[in-house]
Amino acid sequence: MTDLTSLTIAEARDRLAAKDFTALELTDAYLAAIDGANGALNAYVATTPDQARRMASASDERRASGTVGALEGIPLGVKDLFATDGVHTQAGSHILDGFKPRYESTVTANLWADGAVMLGKLNMDEFAMGSSNETSYYGPVVNPWRARGSNVDLVPGGSSGGSAAAVAAHLCAGATATDTGGSIRQPAAFTGTVGIKPTYGRCSRWGIAAFASSLDQAGPIARDVRDAAILLKSMASVDAKDTTSVDRPVPDYEAALGGSVKGMTIGIPAEYRMDGMPREIETLWQQGIAWLKDAGAEIKPISLPHTKYALPAYYIVAPAEASSNLARYDGVKYGLRVPGKDIVEMYENTRAEGFGAEVKRRVMIGTYVLSAGYYDAYYLRAQKVRTLIKRDFETVFGDGVDAILTPATPSAAFGIGDQDMAADPVKMYLNDIFTVTVNMAGLPGIAVPAGLDGQGLPLGLQLIGKPFDEETLFRTAHVIEQAAGRFEPDKWWG
Amino acid sequence: MSVDTATVKRVAKLARIRVSDDEAAHLEGELNAILGFVEQLSQVDIEGVEPMTSVTEMAMKKRQDAVTDGGKAADITANAPNSEDNFFLVPKVVE
Repeated sequence: MTDLTSLTIAEARDRLAAKDFTALELTDAYLAAIDGANGALNAYVATTPDQARRMASASDERRASGTVGALEGIPLGVKDLFATDGVHTQAGSHILDGFKPRYESTVTANLWADGAVMLGKLNMDEFAMGSSNETSYYGPVVNPWRARGSNVDLVPGGSSGGSAAAVAAHLCAGATATDTGGSIRQPAAFTGTVGIKPTYGRCSRWGIAAFASSLDQAGPIARDVRDAAILLKSMASVDAKDTTSVDRPVPDYEAALGGSVKGMTIGIPAEYRMDGMPREIETLWQQGIAWLKDAGAEIKPISLPHTKYALPAYYIVAPAEASSNLARYDGVKYGLRVPGKDIVEMYENTRAEGFGAEVKRRVMIGTYVLSAGYYDAYYLRAQKVRTLIKRDFETVFGDGVDAILTPATPSAAFGIGDQDMAADPVKMYLNDIFTVTVNMAGLPGIAVPAGLDGQGLPLGLQLIGKPFDEETLFRTAHVIEQAAGRFEPDKWWG
Repeated sequence: MSVDTATVKRVAKLARIRVSDDEAAHLEGELNAILGFVEQLSQVDIEGVEPMTSVTEMAMKKRQDAVTDGGKAADITANAPNSEDNFFLVPKVVE
């Protein structure tokens, strides 16, 4: 029998339907794979084998009785940011020690309602703040990819590093993730997987630990474009519990695949050609343009003049919102408490010990830019710049552009403990330079693997779409995937 | 704009994070690097531009003003580091 963990969601769905194997057998195959690999990769911070087997058996019973959901019997991993009833939920942080919520996030509840099986919780940068998964209280995740002939450990990107690594290493069939500035798309690009951040409002944020509420969106990381489409269909919903959830029916994204891009207009923004960008990234971008042109799309040079201001504006807006959202972690309601001589000292001690360095930096920046006398100079200005960034996109879409093609990241995966980035937080922030604009404008963006660099590491392209036009992104990404092929790491772990 | 050590300590106090003198000195450098980076926003002409308040154009959803949830005190206090009879316990705040 073939290794069941090598199947995509679509393949497993068909084979389960044909009764080639059971959901329990599929789940056991994944649990064994996790046991063998997690010591080396550190992708899971908690596994739930008993619950997984119970859910798988229940799925097999449903199938026997003729009730089959869209994800019936499919084993998934869940980013530690999503609340899962009675299960480890700590957002990769020390301050949520021992937190097991008594409720389920809307996104994960949607997945279980469609028949999926939970394997466990996936590692991530603390409170989703990071681009390398190195800020996790649970230690870094190791990228399943290594440079050719090298045994140096690389980062999987972040903040959804555990999700991306687990999908790339076949430790789950697919995973939930979240994206505030690039946290789905950058790790997907670093691991040769597909990740989509849908339009703001498409997935409910209820039950997802909040980082920057006006930017946070959930989305899937998957092995291919089809699996990403299947997962997003289940994750997305209209939810009364999230006031920013949009009242629009969820389309059948999978049905968009295989459609032609003939006659579509693909915008190529001049501002994404950065100084010092590696030649390989430029080559990959040109290759993507050529593929879409060959498929009949029209290529149009465009300008998004405020692109360079997106990242600095983000580093005001996101920390400001984070400083407010993270005020709730005070040692009273859940998680860690470090005593002090009075209540204020208890708060200060708890937050000093419970938060890691990156989270503290961002909470401090956020507190500063919102403090008396600085609000107009920083926060208000950043929100005005955000209006201009959004307007740039509206202008090009208004001029007939259907989707925008850019590189996903400015480089391939880098080493764990990179000295340059450790010394300068801004260097790490630059990882999100191509992805952050999309969050600032609330648009959908997908990262799709497009090739390998000279060292054999995966590189991705990004497609940016109009609000709620995820279908165009899936269709176009599928064309790129068909041309580029799929990329899987050579197994060196477990 | 940049911050000095005293400002770092004031901000840490506002954020309720204990910061030692060593940490404050370190944070001063890091925060100034970030503030230096965001400084480029001052080049943007924002005259007459409205600040973004909602990334998607939508009316704020309203629901009926009615009790739709509740009776979950035990669930809510279940994860508290210290609780009694469904109350959170904290150090004395009023003498």
